[in-house]
Amino acid sequence: MPGVAAILRFAALALLLAFLLMPQSFAPLFAPLTQYGAPPIYDQGNLLTLALAHLGLVCCAAAASTIVAVGLGIVVTRPSGAQFLPLSRTLVNIGQTFPPVAVLAVTVPLVGFGEKPTLIALFAYGLLPIFENTIVALQTCPPQVLEAASGMGMSARQRLLSVELPLALPLILEGIRLSLVINIGTATIGSTVAAKGLGEVIIAGLLSNNNAFILQGGLVTGLMAILLYDALAGLERRICRTAHLE
Amino acid sequence: MISVENLSKQYGATTVVDGVSMVIERNSITVIVGTSGSGKSTLLRMINRLIEPTRGRVLIDGNDTTGEPAHLLRRRIGYVIQGHGLFPHRTVAENIATVPRLLGWDEARIRARVEELLAVFQLDQGAYAGAFPHQLSGGQQQRVGVARALAAEPAVLLMDEPFGALDPIIRAKAQDDLLDIQRRFGTTIVLVTHDMDEAFRLGDHVAVMSHGRLLQYDRPAVLLTHPADPFVSRMTGVSDRAMRLLSLTTAGEAALPGVSDGPAVAASASLREVLSELLWRGAESAAVMDADGTRRGYLTIAAILERGRPG
Repeated sequence: MPGVAAILRFAALALLLAFLLMPQSFAPLFAPLTQYGAPPIYDQGNLLTLALAHLGLVCCAAAASTIVAVGLGIVVTRPSGAQFLPLSRTLVNIGQTFPPVAVLAVTVPLVGFGEKPTLIALFAYGLLPIFENTIVALQTCPPQVLEAASGMGMSARQRLLSVELPLALPLILEGIRLSLVINIGTATIGSTVAAKGLGEVIIAGLLSNNNAFILQGGLVTGLMAILLYDALAGLERRICRTAHLE
Repeated sequence: MISVENLSKQYGATTVVDGVSMVIERNSITVIVGTSGSGKSTLLRMINRLIEPTRGRVLIDGNDTTGEPAHLLRRRIGYVIQGHGLFPHRTVAENIATVPRLLGWDEARIRARVEELLAVFQLDQGAYAGAFPHQLSGGQQQRVGVARALAAEPAVLLMDEPFGALDPIIRAKAQDDLLDIQRRFGTTIVLVTHDMDEAFRLGDHVAVMSHGRLLQYDRPAVLLTHPADPFVSRMTGVSDRAMRLLSLTTAGEAALPGVSDGPAVAASASLREVLSELLWRGAESAAVMDADGTRRGYLTIAAILERGRPG
């Protein structure tokens, strides 16, 4: 039912944009959630600016995670780097199992408050899906295709760049997508250490017992995650189609 | 000419190829045949250094193959594997252009070569140049695999069970095509197979391998008439060896001067086929005709049977 999916997608995007650009027009909807005449719409900052800062933070962290995780994935799937696979896997797994809140607690004393500790936490948290997908993608390249590439006279580097990575691209993109979506939600905790983002709205709601704020922060974050997931999945399908990878 | 000198490959304590020496003639088809695990594929891959030998060396036209980086060596040697190994994300034309691109040919020359090869392999340019491998049939994929291997006009073509994944009818066609290609380009072909029929059909010379050792390397007829080892007789088959021998000679080669009023047979047909035809028709003799319809002579059943005996 592509028709329904397209309508839902458009509706979600329209809703998100409308709310970010004209938040006050939604005031009557959120008013029942407030008590004692508290403001129904977040008024301590511009929602659009916060959403963009949030997205920027997540994208920066994802870019860094991608570079490190794909790079590491390539190294440990080469014969010369295979011995580092268990060690790398352990390190990346620690990044995932160590809670981002704990990373913040450890890094704030080192790098101070603001975006930096949040970036570090998101970077570490986002490594695992990209790393594992890169490894699986590179390890499952059809052996005959690889043998043909070597047999044709490609150097190891040419084989990696013109055969292995293009064939691995859909799975790597899937890892990046997972990492991004997980971190859009996780990035809200950055506001506890003064990173600009949508977590601010939620925390303000928690502090002033304003359910309207909490709901707004959550809704905008959720809509962004859904739309981003959807857009990246579409991009993956497109790449698979143009490159004829099934 | 490829000289294989005392070539061995060991993995730990296991010897996969054990002291193989052979000389592969230029412009011929040499088939290496053996059971699985006989070391035949390892031997082939040591020629283009996909596997580095433990001992011994390979000379191509007198030059040691270790004299240059392996990937540069491989660009001069065609390589075809079972299941073709085409790049799924590249079109047929791009697949064929792989080695010329690596060698840095200019685009016009690459395009001309791709067009030539598509024509040689009976793949319509308009329909197939822009197609992706998964859109082709198995036989077409196999042809593209061979075309890709021949793209940079290599003097040597290595083939590792190239027809193993094809059904019998397409396989027979692919074998005929390969013989045509070999005649057309004069390529030195080394082909690995476990199929003795294929070896006899294609090979100017056949090498029989078992447990890493080269048991016999000779013309197919000699393998039948003078097997060097009981294993060679088992591989070539004892029960129908006379018929196999007949299948190695064409009617044109065996034709006697004279005329016959019997049925006409093609000079390119094997004696086995001519004998079968004569038995079927109840005739005693056949007229041997060239492709253009000129008479080459005649054959009698007795003359054919004479050819089915060793020595």
